[in-house]
Amino acid sequence: MTTTSSNRIVINTTINGEPIEFLADMRDSLLEALRERIGLRGAKEGCNNGNCGACSVMLNGRLVNSCCVMAAEIEGAEVTTIEGVASAEGLHPVQQAFLEEAALQCGICTPGFIVATKALLDEHPHPTEEEARFWLAGNLCRCTGYDKIIRAVLSAADTMAK
Amino acid sequence: MVATPEKPTYKVIGTRPIRPDGVDKVTGRAEFGIDTRLDGMLYGAVLRSPHAHARIKRIDTSKAQALPGVKAVVTSADFPDVESGTLDLGEGSANPKWLVDNVLASDKVLYHGHAVAAVAATDPHVAEDALALIEVEYEPLPAVLDVREAMLDGAPILHDDLRTAERAEGMHADATKRTNVASHLQLKKGDLEVGFAAAEVVIEREYETSMFHQGYIEPQNASAFWNKDDELTVWTSTQGAFSVRDQISAVLRLPVSQIKVVPMEIGGGFGGKISIYLEPVAAVLSKKSGRPVKMWMSRDAVFQGTGPTSATYSRVRIGAKRDGTIVAAHAYLAFEAGAYPGSPVGAGAQCAFAPYDIANQVVDGYDVVVNGPKTSAYRAPGAPAAEYAVEATINELAEQLGIDPMELRLKNASREGSANAVGAPWPKIGAQEVMLAVKNHPHYLSELHGKDTGRGVALGFWFNGGMESSSTATINADGTVMLILGSTDIGGTRASLAMQLAETLGLTMDEIKPHVVDTDSVGYTGVTGGSRTTFAGGWVAYELGMEIRRQMVERAAQIWGVPVGQVAYGEDGVIVGPVEAGNERHMRFAELAGKLAATGGMISVSSTQRKNTAGPAFAGHIVDLHVDRETGKVSILRYTAVQDVGTAIHPSYVEGQIQGGVAQGIGMALNEEYVYDAEGRLRNASFLDYRMPVANDLPMIETVLVEVPNPGHPYGVRGVGEVPIVPPQAAIRNALKDAIGVNFYRTPVSPRVILDALLPAD
Repeated sequence: MTTTSSNRIVINTTINGEPIEFLADMRDSLLEALRERIGLRGAKEGCNNGNCGACSVMLNGRLVNSCCVMAAEIEGAEVTTIEGVASAEGLHPVQQAFLEEAALQCGICTPGFIVATKALLDEHPHPTEEEARFWLAGNLCRCTGYDKIIRAVLSAADTMAK
Repeated sequence: MVATPEKPTYKVIGTRPIRPDGVDKVTGRAEFGIDTRLDGMLYGAVLRSPHAHARIKRIDTSKAQALPGVKAVVTSADFPDVESGTLDLGEGSANPKWLVDNVLASDKVLYHGHAVAAVAATDPHVAEDALALIEVEYEPLPAVLDVREAMLDGAPILHDDLRTAERAEGMHADATKRTNVASHLQLKKGDLEVGFAAAEVVIEREYETSMFHQGYIEPQNASAFWNKDDELTVWTSTQGAFSVRDQISAVLRLPVSQIKVVPMEIGGGFGGKISIYLEPVAAVLSKKSGRPVKMWMSRDAVFQGTGPTSATYSRVRIGAKRDGTIVAAHAYLAFEAGAYPGSPVGAGAQCAFAPYDIANQVVDGYDVVVNGPKTSAYRAPGAPAAEYAVEATINELAEQLGIDPMELRLKNASREGSANAVGAPWPKIGAQEVMLAVKNHPHYLSELHGKDTGRGVALGFWFNGGMESSSTATINADGTVMLILGSTDIGGTRASLAMQLAETLGLTMDEIKPHVVDTDSVGYTGVTGGSRTTFAGGWVAYELGMEIRRQMVERAAQIWGVPVGQVAYGEDGVIVGPVEAGNERHMRFAELAGKLAATGGMISVSSTQRKNTAGPAFAGHIVDLHVDRETGKVSILRYTAVQDVGTAIHPSYVEGQIQGGVAQGIGMALNEEYVYDAEGRLRNASFLDYRMPVANDLPMIETVLVEVPNPGHPYGVRGVGEVPIVPPQAAIRNALKDAIGVNFYRTPVSPRVILDALLPAD
């Protein structure tokens, strides 16, 4: 990490498998860096204080709210965002399940939910409904009442088990 | 699903295809308002008032202006003077003078969080730094935050020139009296005195509801570029691009022809993204800086400064015969408007007793300004508070009469031909069908076991809107059809509208390509609100489909050289001509589409429709819950929502609307509220402290789609989005009574309120 004049820092990191070097403000959160410096706008700002989960990303294999991580903290780290969930071959089973179960209405919380669900299923491939509800309690959705989201999570778990 | 016998067989309607915009939304590619990115753009930020009520003595922006990186600073002085008037917003209206004053305060700030000044800078952090350099000198004034206190003589007055608009027949307001009561309305039917005189049982109760926020996850945002030729482009997250264009035109005094509004994907609205906030500020910052400006609100600004729904005080009096016949009813409704007039009390008044056919009734409604954010529409605006008060009272009445609460409701149910609150006959409605479906539902018939558990029911009503919608449909040479829409897609309307065009044309959903476009590219379209989009946009899709059918038949006749009258548009999009000498004539839609260019040209049709035949919606909810006496926590054990949806176009998204409305209603019933301190400062402006339901607060929400097709729509569509938020507050309140024997008269019934009721007062 190199600090320049005027509060700028050069950060070297890996995002969605690609090494990247970029210039950030010392005060940037990871979310701000992703959205405003790098141009990855899939992670959303809903609250900027860790309450809504719309900015969920994976940082070194851990699910985090990117608004609560400083950009400077990702030096040398591995970050996966919603943009890194689908592959060249197609959608991830979690994404497919959200589509098929109609688990989104406006869609603003969807990237966060998908990143958080993938993290859940990577760690607990066969969650109960209750486990899924507790894991996702940090992701707010105001449109769906969560019913179809939870169904999508359980359906994705079934698909991935096959 | 309860299918009515007359429901026709559809091929596309009633299926559950994947929505056309789905892949972009699950991969993070969809561009919401907050994702707008323009070359050379600046970042804007807004300075907000720390006071609930104060006179602005002086604003000095010179230090902010001098900060390196700051390109423009604006205050209300940069806005043109606008005159009073009425601007129709779609779901509600606004006076442009108040609208602009809400966008940036002029002489006074009227609530904590009222916008005072704004800056644009090269970096978001610099913009924040600049705000701290703006000096504002305030003269604090006494504030009033409660609707009943605001109505008292001697209360602090918000607007010196406000006088009560008296809308009750035969009543006159004092034209000299300074007041916070912006208006009084009265709906009257029959003779109230005669009605109550005939009553054998009379019950009267008082209720209060808190302010509730729509709680959309995407904050308000706007990006603007004011070009050198005074052509303004605004990219924003809105329920109505044309409404935003009208509002900007009114407050900036710029002709609509010079304003293009680009509706980006919208991250929730629920009525809260109709009014403008940042749009004109970004526009003026762009004009002053010469560069595009992007702005978005922090979450605390969203809570402080954007539209919650009204906090309310109401009093309901109902008179009935011992057999349960309701003979008289009166409701007194006082709704907070926030800082400027315009609460939804009028809608609330019309909804209050809507499920019931009551011969003698009066509803009085008061619109009252207080030192809080200007309220805006929130899902069935006005209805949840008014109907909560009535449904709670109906339940107490049932208990007093010893009649099953659903039996009592059915006995008094509104039906086709009976008179509504304004004396007009109801069209075909599903009120009784819904009530019967609730009463006969296995949930209602089941036994509820366990200590401190209870069951409640309540009904809901909402008008549903019609208003104006426009679309264009263009046939491609490969037989697909582009469907150009003016309606923001907030929860799956690209799908529901494309499905209706597909049905009309006998095509598949995949063959219709819906696109939402900007205000330069489609005819005038009202807001996505009032549960109107699938109804009104569906009418347009149907009309477009019928016109395409007509033109395709004409073209086929021309190609075949036969009279038009001998050609018909058949099932599955096959155009059939007369059979001659065993020579059959038929072309699939795609086949004919491929011949259009060479036989006279491609086909493109447009339509603008304004239909006033929206079908009213009724809902009935059943809830089981458990109360934890140690913590006051309420757990929802089971929830069933029955609703007359007319025809479910895409049942998954109909269910989703109902489940989402229920979840918001549960939040209102149990947890959500605005907490102000004695000085009128909002103390819980975050998602942590304004407690919306999260995934582990809720069970699965069962939906029962009753389908009583709306005769005023080609496919029987009624609106579905709003009415599900109406019953939960009363249903839960009634279940709490069943569980712990306490009647609550205020929402939310938070854990603290429950503990206060259960613990001995010491």
